[in-house]
Amino acid sequence: MHGRLKVKTSEEQAEAKRLEREQKLKLYQSATQTVFQKRQAGELDESVLELTSQILGANPDFATLWNCRREVLQRLEAQKSPEELAALVKTELGFLESCLRVNPKSYGTWHHRCWLLGRLPEPNWARELELCARFLEVDERNFHCWDYRRFVATQAAVPPAEELAFTDSLITRNFSNYSSWHYRSCLLPQLHPQPDTGPQGRLPEDVLLKELELVQNAFFTDPNDQSAWFYHRWLLGRADPQDALRCLHVSRDEACLTVSFSRPVLVGSGTETLLLMVDESPLAVEWRTPDGRTRPSHVWLCDLPAASLNDQLPQHTFHVIWTAGEAQKECVLLKGRQEGWCRDSATDAQLFRCELSVEKSTVLQSELESCKELQELEPENKWCLLTIILLMRALDPLLYEKETLQYFQTLKAVDPMRAAYLDDLRSKFLLENSVLKMEYAEVRVLHLGHKDLTVLCHLEQLLLVTHLDLSHNRLRALPPALAALRCLEVLQANDNAIESLDGVTSLPRLQELSLCNNRLRQPAVLQPLAACPRLVLLHLQGNPLCHAVGASEHLAELLPAVNSILT
Amino acid sequence: MADSLPTEFDVVIIGTGLPESILAAACSRSGQRVLHLDSRSYYGGNWASFSFSGLLSWLKECQQDSDVVEESTGSWQDLIHDTEEAITLRTKDGSIRHTEVFCYAGQDTDDNTEEVDAVQKNPSSVTSSTSTDPLGSACLSEETHSSATSHEMPAKDTPKSDGEVSLEVTDAEDTLAKEKHCGDETWTHTVSEGVKDENKPVEEDNTDQPKRNRVTYSQIVKEGRRFNIDLVSKLLYSQGLLIDLLIKSNVSRYAEFKNVTRILAFREGKVEQVPCSRADVFNSKELTMVEKRILMKFLTFCLDYEQHPDQYQAFVQCSFSEYLQTKKLTPNLQHFVLHSIAMTESSCSTIDGLKATKNFLRCLGRFGNTPFLFPLYGQGEIPQCFCRMCAVFGGIYCLRHKVQCLVVDKESGRCKAIIDHLGQRISAKYFIVEDSYLSEETCSNVQYKQISRAVLITDQSILKADSDQQISILVVPPVESGTCAVRVTELCSSTMTCMKDTYLVHLTCSSSKTAREDLESVVKKLFTPYTETEIDKEELTKPRLLWALYFNMRDSSEISRSSYNGLPSNVYVCSGPDCGLGSEHAVKQAETLFQEIFPNEEFCPPPPNPEDIIFDGDDKQPEAPGTNNIIMAKVDSSEGRRNLESPGKHLQN
Repeated sequence: MHGRLKVKTSEEQAEAKRLEREQKLKLYQSATQTVFQKRQAGELDESVLELTSQILGANPDFATLWNCRREVLQRLEAQKSPEELAALVKTELGFLESCLRVNPKSYGTWHHRCWLLGRLPEPNWARELELCARFLEVDERNFHCWDYRRFVATQAAVPPAEELAFTDSLITRNFSNYSSWHYRSCLLPQLHPQPDTGPQGRLPEDVLLKELELVQNAFFTDPNDQSAWFYHRWLLGRADPQDALRCLHVSRDEACLTVSFSRPVLVGSGTETLLLMVDESPLAVEWRTPDGRTRPSHVWLCDLPAASLNDQLPQHTFHVIWTAGEAQKECVLLKGRQEGWCRDSATDAQLFRCELSVEKSTVLQSELESCKELQELEPENKWCLLTIILLMRALDPLLYEKETLQYFQTLKAVDPMRAAYLDDLRSKFLLENSVLKMEYAEVRVLHLGHKDLTVLCHLEQLLLVTHLDLSHNRLRALPPALAALRCLEVLQANDNAIESLDGVTSLPRLQELSLCNNRLRQPAVLQPLAACPRLVLLHLQGNPLCHAVGASEHLAELLPAVNSILT
Repeated sequence: MADSLPTEFDVVIIGTGLPESILAAACSRSGQRVLHLDSRSYYGGNWASFSFSGLLSWLKECQQDSDVVEESTGSWQDLIHDTEEAITLRTKDGSIRHTEVFCYAGQDTDDNTEEVDAVQKNPSSVTSSTSTDPLGSACLSEETHSSATSHEMPAKDTPKSDGEVSLEVTDAEDTLAKEKHCGDETWTHTVSEGVKDENKPVEEDNTDQPKRNRVTYSQIVKEGRRFNIDLVSKLLYSQGLLIDLLIKSNVSRYAEFKNVTRILAFREGKVEQVPCSRADVFNSKELTMVEKRILMKFLTFCLDYEQHPDQYQAFVQCSFSEYLQTKKLTPNLQHFVLHSIAMTESSCSTIDGLKATKNFLRCLGRFGNTPFLFPLYGQGEIPQCFCRMCAVFGGIYCLRHKVQCLVVDKESGRCKAIIDHLGQRISAKYFIVEDSYLSEETCSNVQYKQISRAVLITDQSILKADSDQQISILVVPPVESGTCAVRVTELCSSTMTCMKDTYLVHLTCSSSKTAREDLESVVKKLFTPYTETEIDKEELTKPRLLWALYFNMRDSSEISRSSYNGLPSNVYVCSGPDCGLGSEHAVKQAETLFQEIFPNEEFCPPPPNPEDIIFDGDDKQPEAPGTNNIIMAKVDSSEGRRNLESPGKHLQN
C-alpha cells in the first residue's frame, strides 16, 4: 500500500537485539579480562583507565574496577606534571558524572568521587554542591547523594544556615523526605548551640516553635506521612538523660553492695570503671550482674568483706564513683541496721521523661492541643494517636493515665498489625506509673495485678521492693532482669502465661513464690529457683507440670531447700 | 504551480484547525494520501496564534465585509459533468464577530512605530496567493511539497533575535506608518470609554519615570513578534486526551510545554492563589492547619470518590455547591473547590462536580504542581505539530488555497472531487471540511453558540509573586446567576507569547451578549486602564491595561451532523474550537471521525523506531514523495530525539 512504512517484525527486532547484546557481552568480557591481566602484570597506565571507563560506563557497580582506577591514578600522580594531572582529574570528574547518570545510586561511583575530591589540592566544592542539587532534583530521596552532600558541605565548610535553606527548598517541594528532615536535625543544633548548662542538642524555644509549625503543616496536610512524625518526635525529645547513679543499697546479711545506673553499663570494660570507697578508703571488689551474665546491665553488685560491715563503728559509709558517667553516690549503713540505701527520690521527670524532653510544658501542651484537633479530624490516624499518648506521658503520666489507656485501645484497633508492640508499650507506661505511685507512697510494696501487662521493664527501679504482685496479667516470662530485685521477699505471679523463670534466681531474700495457673510444663523450668537460698514456699497449682507423673518427686529433688511445694 | 498538485488523493481535508490537523496526521500515518488545504494564509484557522502585527491583520480581515465579491466563478462550472452537482463552499469565514480594540498604552514621540510595515506586508489580501509572505508566518507556497517544507513551519522560524527584527525596521517608510495609525483608529473605539489618553499630549510622560516599567504602544508594535496571541485560549490537561495523543503519536517532539504555575481564585474582590497540590497545601500561609487537613481530606476523597458512594449518594440530587456545604469546608475552601479546582458552575450536579475535581486531581503532579500545560509559542503550535506529522508521512499542504465546491455524483450521492480556486479538479475518496467552510445554504438550519473572548496586554501580573514568570489560570464566578463564569489565563513572557515586561491575558466565556458586554466587567475588576496622568496618584495594586481586544467566535462544537443540509455521506465535518479549557472535544471528534472513515485502522499509532524501518529498493513505491518521506521520517525522528524528552522528563514527580 502506498506510503506504508515497512517495519521489521517483532521477531526480527528481537533477533537484532539478541545479536547486539551478544556482541556487547563479548566486548565487555574481553575488556574485563584485559584489565585484570594488566593489573596482575602491574601495567597500571592510562590504557587501564580507558578500558575500565568503557566497562564502568556501562556498569558503574563494578567495585574492583574502581579500585583498579584508584591504583592507576595514584601511580599517575607521581609521574605526571601538574597540568597533565589537572586535565586527568577533569576527565575523571566528567566520567564520574556520566556514570552517575547511568546509575545515580551506585556506591562505587559516589565513593570514588569522594576519594578523588579528597585528594585534590584545590577542589571546586561549589561545583560539587551544584551537582548534588541537580541529582537531588531528579530524586530528592537519593541517600547516596545526600551522603555525598554532607561530605561536601563538611569539606567546604558550608555554613549550616545555607544547608538549612537547602533543606527548606526541598521540603517545600515535597515534604515526604526523611533525608531532608534528618539533615535539619543535624544542622539545627549546630546552628543554635546551647550553653553548656543546658541538655545537649536542645533547641532554643523560638527555633523550636518554628520547626514545630513547619512539621505541623506537614502532618496536617498528610497525617499518614511518617517522615514528619518522626521529625516531630525528634523535636520534642532527643536529649539523652544525664548519666547518674540511681540507687545504692548495702545489705549486711548478704554482705553485698548493689548499684543501679541510669543506663545499662558493662562495668570493667574500657572506660566504664567503678570506684568503691568504704569509709573513705578505696576497696577493690569484684563487680557482677545479678543474673551472673556479663553483659551491659542497669544493676551491678559486689560482695563486701566482713571488715567493712562490722559493728565496731557507729556507721559505715559507702561511696561509689562512676568515672565515665561523672557521677557518684554515697550511702550509709548504720550500726545495728540490716541494710542501708540511698536513692534519688524518683520523680517522673527524672525517671521516664527522657523521651520527650522539652523544657517548657506549655510547648508540649500546645502540641497536645493541635494533635487532639487533628485527631478529631482523623480519628483513625495511628501517628496522631501515638503522638498524643507520648505527649500526655510527657506532660503528666498519672493525670492522663485513664485517657492514655483509652487512646491505646483506639490505637490497637486502628493498627492491629502492631498490637503486640502497643501492648508492650502500654505495659511499660503502666509500670512506670505504678512505680511513681509507689514512690509517692514511699512503700516497698508494688501491686501490678490485673493490668494486662505483657512485659516487665524498668525492673532496675524496683531494687528496694520487698513485695511484688504480678498476678492476673499476660506475662509469658519472668525475665533475667528480675534478678535485680535484691530485696524481694514475696513474689506473686499467679494467673499469667509464664513459661520461663530465668529471672527468679539468686534472689537472696525470696521466701514465697506463687506461680499458680501458669504454663510451666517441665520441672526443669524451675531450675533457677534453686539459687534462691531462702525460698520456702512455692505455689505451683494449675500448671501443666503438676499433671506429670512423679512431678512432686522430681521437684523435691530439684529444690531440696524448699519446704513446701504445692502442686 | 498549482497544476503540479496531484489530482487524486485518498483524503482531502479543508481547514487546518486542531481536529482537521489531527485527522490529517492520523490519515497520513495510516498510509492515506492526504491533501490538506486552508484558504487562509496561516495554519490553524480559529486555533491559530498571531504575532501582534499578525493579529492586527487578522482583525482587518475579519472586519472586511464577510461577502467579498467573488471574481470569475464561471470557469469551474464547466468542470462539473452532467451526472454531477456542486455544493459550493463559503470563501469567506464568518465565524468572528464583534471585534473591538482598545489601545491604552501611550505613544512615544521619539519612537517610530516601525514594525508597522510588517503589518502591511502581512498577507491581508487573501486573493493574491502568489505573493511571497515576508513575515514568513505560514508561508508554505503552493508548489512546495510537504516533506521539505514541513521543516520550515512557522513554529520554527519565529525570529528569536532582535537583529532580525530591526532589519525590517530600517525599511519602514513614514507613509506606511501614518497609514497604520489611521487604520488603527478606525478599529479603535471612539473616545467613549477608557481611551482618554488617546489624544493626550505625549510629552508629559517623558518627565516622570515611575517604578513600573512603562510599555508604550510603539514598543508593543516594535516587539510585535514576541507575541503569539492565541485566538482560542486553551490549556492541556496533563492527563488529558490531547497529551496522551501527543505522546502516543510522538507528535510531542515538535512542541515544548511549560507547566501552568498557579491556580488562582477571585474572592471578595481579591485575587489569591489556590493551594491544590500536596506541596501547595503544605506551603500555604493562608490556610489554617485545620483547613489544610479538611481540604486534603476532601481532595483525597475526590480522587477515588467512586469507591465511597456512602459519602455522596445522599446528595446526588443536589448541586455540587450544596454538597460542598455539607463537607465541613470553610467558605474559602468551598470557593476554591467549586470555581478553581472543579471549575464548574455553581449549578452543576454533585456527580459532575466530583468528576471534574477528580479529573483536575489526577492531572496534578504528572508534570508539575498544577494539572495544566501550556505550549510554548502558543496554542497555535499544536495543530501545526500534527500537520507536520502528516507531512512527514507524505501529506501535501497548501495554504491560501480556496476550494470552490464539492463535486457530488448524482447517482451514488457521494462526493467525488473538489474544484479549487484555480479551477483544478482534485478527486478523493473522503472529504473532511471544517464547519466555517460550509456555505450558508448548507448551514441554514444550524444554530450556533458563541464564545466571548478578550485578549489583553497588561503590564503586571494579577497576583504578584517572587517570580514574575508565572502562568496562571483564574476562574471568575458569575456575579448574577444566569451569566457564565469567566476563565482568565495569564501568560508571562517566558511562554514566548508576549514581550518582556508584559503579560498576555486571555478571557473566555460562553457568550450571552457581545464579547465586550460579557467580559468588560471582569476586566474592570482585575485591571485598570493605563492612564499616564494617574500613575502617581493611584495605588498601583491592579495591573494596568495596555491594549485590549474583544471578539466573539462561533462555537460549532455542539452541532450534530444531521443539522447540515445535503452533505454527501463521505463528507465529514469538523467543528471549530469549543469553549472548554482543554482540547478534549477536538481530539474526541478527530478520533471518532477517523474510526468512522477507517474502522480498521489504528488512530495515530506511535511511529516506528528509525532502526526498524526497512528500506527496500526493489519494492516499487508508487510515488516518489512517499519514499522521500520515509527518509524524512528517519531523519526527523532521530533529530527529534532530544525534544522527545520534554514531556517525559518531568514525570518523576
